[in-house]
Amino acid sequence: MLFFVQLINGLQLGAIYALVALGYTMVYGIVKLINFAHGDLMMVGAYLSLFLYTSGLPLYFALPLAIIGTSVMGVLIERVAYRPLRNASRLSALITAIGISLLLQNSFMILFSSTPRRFPSVSEHLPVFVLGTNRISFMALLTVLFAVGLMLLLTAFVHGTRMGKAMRAVSEDMRAAQLMGINVNRIISMTFAIGSALAAFAAILYGFSFQQIDPYMGAMPGIKAFIAAVLGGIGILPGAMLGGFLLGIIESLTKAVMPAGYTQLADAVVFLVLILVLLFKPSGLLGQPMREKV
Amino acid sequence: MDKIKLRSYLLNALFALAGYAILHVLLESGVINAYYRGVILLIGINATVTIALNLATGMLGELCLGHAGFMAVGAYTSALFTLNSGLSGYIGLILGLLCGGLLAAATAALVGVPALRLRGDYLAIITLAFGEIISVLLRSFAFTGGARGLNGIPLLTNFPLVYWILVLTIVAVYMLIRSRHGRAILAIREDDIAAEASGINVTRFKMTAFVISAAIAGIGGGLYAHYIGILSPNKFNYNYSIDYMVMVVFGGMGSITGSILSAGTLTILPELLRSFSDYRMLVYSVLLIILMIFKPEGLLGQKEFSQRFAANLMRRLTGRKIRSAASYDRHELSVARETTRRARERGYLTEQGPGDLGVGGRRRRPEENIPVAGTAVAESEGRTLTRQGLDPGPYEPAERKGRR
Repeated sequence: MLFFVQLINGLQLGAIYALVALGYTMVYGIVKLINFAHGDLMMVGAYLSLFLYTSGLPLYFALPLAIIGTSVMGVLIERVAYRPLRNASRLSALITAIGISLLLQNSFMILFSSTPRRFPSVSEHLPVFVLGTNRISFMALLTVLFAVGLMLLLTAFVHGTRMGKAMRAVSEDMRAAQLMGINVNRIISMTFAIGSALAAFAAILYGFSFQQIDPYMGAMPGIKAFIAAVLGGIGILPGAMLGGFLLGIIESLTKAVMPAGYTQLADAVVFLVLILVLLFKPSGLLGQPMREKV
Repeated sequence: MDKIKLRSYLLNALFALAGYAILHVLLESGVINAYYRGVILLIGINATVTIALNLATGMLGELCLGHAGFMAVGAYTSALFTLNSGLSGYIGLILGLLCGGLLAAATAALVGVPALRLRGDYLAIITLAFGEIISVLLRSFAFTGGARGLNGIPLLTNFPLVYWILVLTIVAVYMLIRSRHGRAILAIREDDIAAEASGINVTRFKMTAFVISAAIAGIGGGLYAHYIGILSPNKFNYNYSIDYMVMVVFGGMGSITGSILSAGTLTILPELLRSFSDYRMLVYSVLLIILMIFKPEGLLGQKEFSQRFAANLMRRLTGRKIRSAASYDRHELSVARETTRRARERGYLTEQGPGDLGVGGRRRRPEENIPVAGTAVAESEGRTLTRQGLDPGPYEPAERKGRR
């Protein structure tokens, strides 16, 4: 029975990783850049939603506003920091991404101090399922449903709309897409907007699930979400979701198995997963091996 | 050995000895007090690790965000060695440093094999994760002292050791980069696909550079352990890796001189500005972004302060011709003279300095081409002849388009 509870916990955690991983995978798919600041955008989303929510705005108004705010932030970052470097070497772009990540972490640390803040809890308003002797919070189910729903919505968007088609074209060949009359800059901004919005969603779910946020909360989930994206196959939307859920489950099951006091070692296991994937199937679970074009 | 080569080696050795003697006298006579002595040691250690990271990031072109992790491996290994081996004094320390370097290299191989076989930025994320994991591991094991860390490490790091290890690192990295292997490493940085097409085993050379880099970082970590005396797993965190990254980027990616200068500057500045220490990482992050947007190669780029540079500088300042020390200069000059002579015989002629295409990006533009007076060409065309025949015209690097 413990296994079942851990499985639910893992799914809940995995849903959050999956949402962050979706953003990673989209941005990577289009500009081929590991956006190290993506995890920190999740942190920005968490703080925004906390402030808007506690400022007295009603929930259904505060949260969408926070998501839009994070989205704008993501687009701004792309505009100011990444766009000037689009034709620069890959290394410069990566170092800039690291810089942005540090900038977000440290400016929030200075502005709001590094002590964790309490995120409001909504679980008392939600029903609790009782399964045998175990209580399963509704929040866990809600988190998973949200994540899966958003992934489906995103897939439908990418495969069903004109904008989505343009996105796929840009990710396949940016210059060819430009020659076909696609406004590449707009598509990239759009990608960052959607990715950041998903990170904000993840942040809200994270806040309601774990009730604690701090300026460094994005760092570790950021790495893990990237690992999840690689595990599922980078650039593939359902892959990011699958990778996120798998990673969440692996992490929470390892935590359950580890003796008390060693639960932090679960992070090392996640790291091991990355090494194994890169060794045996670098294109990810759902990816096809690709030939490099020159 | 070539006479000029020998002279240049002797000159370098002399410089290193002179630097050592001056600092040693200043330290021993008490002109530099104990506090600054500590700062100087720290600069030496930081410069060593920065050069190591520069090898991986500036010269190989792979972003590595876990050098604090490799330092931690080296620091803990050498500290455990000196604490438990029973070997006292410097023999124990040097053996410990070697063990630390070796273990760091082994760890790097473990981390590097999965990432470096692939094209893409996997090394960045895998080293980032490694840096986070290593502190978790250090906190979890009993023999590393858990969360309390290690105490009472003998304070054996002293000035001669730090100085000579730094000199050794500079010599090793410089000679590596100037060798056949080093050119392969630089070629991978410039274009890994082209390098592979030219028959370079990309994975092997990436591994070589990365493992050497980690080994030196491990030795630097060992020096740090015996300098500070206590180790805690929290010290070697992500921000610590970023410190070194900033030093590399600020000094110039690919420049050893730049690494030393920026390690010096960025070690002293935080000491002076202690009251602003909360803002240090914020300033670093802004510095990184601005540098990348406006001067992505860092302050010095790939320039080095070398005898050749000094000779050129002197020539420019005094107007006198000073024989440049590097031997291939002479060789190149003779090749160029021979070419010029032949070309002159045939009548295409333009007089120009030797176009230097040395490794490491130092390229001199040939002087403007002027037809040599008295040749048939000059008479028929007047002074208008600039580019003709075999002369390819001034070298201009092709602008690179597109992300690689």
